[in-house]
Amino acid sequence: MKPGAVITEPGSTVRNKTGGWRVFRPVFNMERCIDCGNCWIYCPEACVSKSEEGEYSADLEYCKGCGICANECPTEAIEMQLEEK
Amino acid sequence: MKEMLHGSKAVAKAVKLCDVDVVAAYPITPQTPIVEYIAQMVADGELGAEYIMVESEHSAMSACIGASATGARTFTATSSQGLAYMHEVLWIASGMRLPIVMVNANRALSAPINIWNDQSDSISERDSGWVQIYVETNQEALDSVIQAYRIAEDKEVLLPVMVCMDGFVLTHTMEPVDVPSQEKVNEFLPPFEPEVKLDPEQPMTMGALGEPQWYMEFRKQQDEAMGRALSRVKDVDEEFGRIFGRSYGVLEEYNTANAEVVLLTIGSLAGTIKDVVDSYEDVGLVRLRLFRPLPEEDIAKALEGASVVGVLEKDIALGLREGALCTEVKKVCYDHGLSTKVLSFVCGLGGRDVRMEDVEKAIEVCRRAAKGEKVSRTTWLGLREAVL
Repeated sequence: MKPGAVITEPGSTVRNKTGGWRVFRPVFNMERCIDCGNCWIYCPEACVSKSEEGEYSADLEYCKGCGICANECPTEAIEMQLEEK
Repeated sequence: MKEMLHGSKAVAKAVKLCDVDVVAAYPITPQTPIVEYIAQMVADGELGAEYIMVESEHSAMSACIGASATGARTFTATSSQGLAYMHEVLWIASGMRLPIVMVNANRALSAPINIWNDQSDSISERDSGWVQIYVETNQEALDSVIQAYRIAEDKEVLLPVMVCMDGFVLTHTMEPVDVPSQEKVNEFLPPFEPEVKLDPEQPMTMGALGEPQWYMEFRKQQDEAMGRALSRVKDVDEEFGRIFGRSYGVLEEYNTANAEVVLLTIGSLAGTIKDVVDSYEDVGLVRLRLFRPLPEEDIAKALEGASVVGVLEKDIALGLREGALCTEVKKVCYDHGLSTKVLSFVCGLGGRDVRMEDVEKAIEVCRRAAKGEKVSRTTWLGLREAVL
């Protein structure tokens, strides 16, 4: 650990997995999903993505568990479940 | 060559000899002549430094932090309210481990507004991660600034250093000062070569966010650097002695060999106390030069033969009802199993003269305590009781 809180490698912050702050995780129920894309649009961390198979998921390495995706989902296809560590 | 110099000019000459790259400062009495002399040297082309005029002490220290992060050797000076205004940035300088050197011309804090000397300003910054050296003479002020860069820039230390000198008593008083040659200073103080520095060719972040899983380790690193600083201050001072013929140690013992009563002080007050204790067989003086890191072993060793220690200091730790240094001396005695009685003598606040009679009064109280008589743990010397 370099003294003085020095970071010598530019851009190394991407390795900081900030998902560790999360208390609740979003769980997607694709059977209720109508593919409106609201979760993808509203996620403030841009960590919701859609797979080639058309399934939505959140990148849990960066998802903070804010629940905005679940709040915006018109069909309640996203459930916020307590993280148990 | 010896010259008659004000303390402030002695400091300015030291800054020039250290070939400082950046000076950022805001004037405040009694520090003003230091930065005026430096500004003149820069204007006259004698010192090839960037002199940054800023609008506050907060900005002065911030500019020094930025400059030091690029690898520039930096200097600033301040006093009293100026140092208080720097408070939050002092922690940033030390946390970023930048070897900035600052002279603090010790002055009382407001209110009531007062421009005269005491040491409440720098004592209040004791926990901010700066090495603190208190000097007795103008010669020691010059020498300590040169030593300060060697200590601060040492790879095992990397901490900012504050050289504290009594405002007016030293800054505005002339004394003969031996100004060393540039060649000798160059021999003692190599150019500053930091391991990391801000450089557009190699971008990096300094003083980054430290989340809870990192923060404590950075503080521990600082604490350990303070531990290493103690031995480096001694080494640097010894090497300085070999080259320049003057060394000071982390503390100075004066007539302590057979002393039953030892007075302990910091700064220029030691001069008056030495004159007084010369008339006593069994009274000595310890002048503490290094206050941070506190040289605890050295203090314990110097005090082990005494039955009573009187700490004379120009500050009051409000709420402790004694001087801050006195509390620390008690801590040293406790940790080293010394049963020495430690008494506080608060004096010289806001420029009140500390006369020889005041020192004699302190000795008298200490002697009574040594005989087993009950005395007050704190005595205010030179206090005008009648106007309270």
